[in-house]
Amino acid sequence: MMSFLSYLVNGISLGSVYAIIALGYTMVYGIAKMLNFAHGDVIMVGAYISFCATQYWGLSPLLSVVVAMLVCTCLGIVIERFAYKPLRQATSLAVLITAIGMSYLLQNAALLIFGANPKVFTSVVSIPSLSLFGGQLLISGEALVTIICNVVIMVGLTLFTAHTKTGKAMRVVSEDRGAAELMGINVNATISLTFAIGSALAAIAGVLMCSTYPTLMPTTGSMPGIKAFTAAVFGGIGSIPGALLGGLLLGVIEIFGRAYISTELGDALVFAVLIIVLLVRPTGLLGKPVREKV
Amino acid sequence: MTETGKTAPVLQVNDIHVYYGAIHAIKGISLEVYPDEIVTLIGANGAGKSTTLNTIAGLLKPRQGSIIFDGKPLNGVPASKIVPRGLSLCPEGRRIFQRMTVRENLEMGAFTRTREEEAASLQEMFERFPRLKERERQIAGTLSGGEQQMLAMARALMSKPRVLMLDEPSMGLAPILVEQIFSIIAELHKAGVTVLLVEQNAQMALSIADRAYVLETGAITMSGSAQDLLHNDDVRKAYLGS
Repeated sequence: MMSFLSYLVNGISLGSVYAIIALGYTMVYGIAKMLNFAHGDVIMVGAYISFCATQYWGLSPLLSVVVAMLVCTCLGIVIERFAYKPLRQATSLAVLITAIGMSYLLQNAALLIFGANPKVFTSVVSIPSLSLFGGQLLISGEALVTIICNVVIMVGLTLFTAHTKTGKAMRVVSEDRGAAELMGINVNATISLTFAIGSALAAIAGVLMCSTYPTLMPTTGSMPGIKAFTAAVFGGIGSIPGALLGGLLLGVIEIFGRAYISTELGDALVFAVLIIVLLVRPTGLLGKPVREKV
Repeated sequence: MTETGKTAPVLQVNDIHVYYGAIHAIKGISLEVYPDEIVTLIGANGAGKSTTLNTIAGLLKPRQGSIIFDGKPLNGVPASKIVPRGLSLCPEGRRIFQRMTVRENLEMGAFTRTREEEAASLQEMFERFPRLKERERQIAGTLSGGEQQMLAMARALMSKPRVLMLDEPSMGLAPILVEQIFSIIAELHKAGVTVLLVEQNAQMALSIADRAYVLETGAITMSGSAQDLLHNDDVRKAYLGS
């Protein structure tokens, strides 16, 4: 029973990381109508920046996260401005290929700068583990912080899109870009902002993930990136609650699959579930069916 | 009511050419709208009526020619910067934000204005369109066609435009609703809004307008007072079905 609870907590913690990354995919897809496959690699950049900040620049762990977020925000804006914006009128295939190219560019740049040897990431979390049921269930500080961060981000983003003028502008751009422009909304600035928010969140996800799984290499972001993309599709791409639900389910399924079925098949299980869900519900769990425009 | 020749036009389109890729959609259109007028553009499907409005609104860029609003050129000005100048388009097919509430749709219409201005306009719209007040919290996608058209018009008015462009406001509506929409346009006109109206329902459009332009395959073939065109034999044959 205790091991079940322990797996569940680990699953939710891992799922929280997926959910935070999935937000970046889902928001960018919703607003810019493109799949930003370089998003996973922004996570890796965030983790490297945080690593450098604590190891070489002598910054505190918390400050290192802030620096990582700032750098990733700028990176996200720059990527959008120079790689994707010129392709605004191009076919979606051209944009997709560019995104994959950008992904490799970031990975290879990291390889050039940091080398292929894995770095051992020091956890930025210093709060102690939580001991429950007389020490039978131990929840690590990292897991706690990850879950709390996820909750705060989800609540914050939901309030932002529901109640602020800028947040509503984002929803409007995602629904009808031309009509949004007729309202006086600057569509380019809104897309840029979306990339900025998604990339800042990617930095947080990168730091949290590497705090739990401390191996940091240039390819660190690619697998979590693909899984978070899966989570976004699973939950219904374009939907913020969908990213949360998809992320959490994916994390729990992965951990349970590894624990109870097969360690090797963990990843395969995740994608098998995705395929089944998409067969039954092609728009994902919380996705909205595409409405026919009159 | 027409003040042609007395005052300066508030909107002036000079010989614009618009292309969709290689297709030459607008082949040199010139038109003028004077303050306090209702001007209508009539013509068959595909004549270029919507393209003309979308170009004036800044959604499409003319390859040649100029558009002057309120004495200032609009060339190169993005659509989002044209709205705050006082030129608003209620687009074809309404294009309301289906997933938002009625109130949120209206708020988006006042995006470029201050909170106080927004509140004042909201009050005004709810008075003019009591139906929208009743449906304030309803998701816009669940409104009936007529209500959606009213919402689209109210949303366009939330920016307090001096010139309102309406693209096919009667499209897909039952005759009684068409009457209602046109009486609203007449009321708006009385309240001092200048209107540039695009319609396939030429009969209704000409009966409400001061002046009209007839569009055929991307060019203006006829223009004049709405009354004259309403009684012109060619217009009657081509657009009024008699």
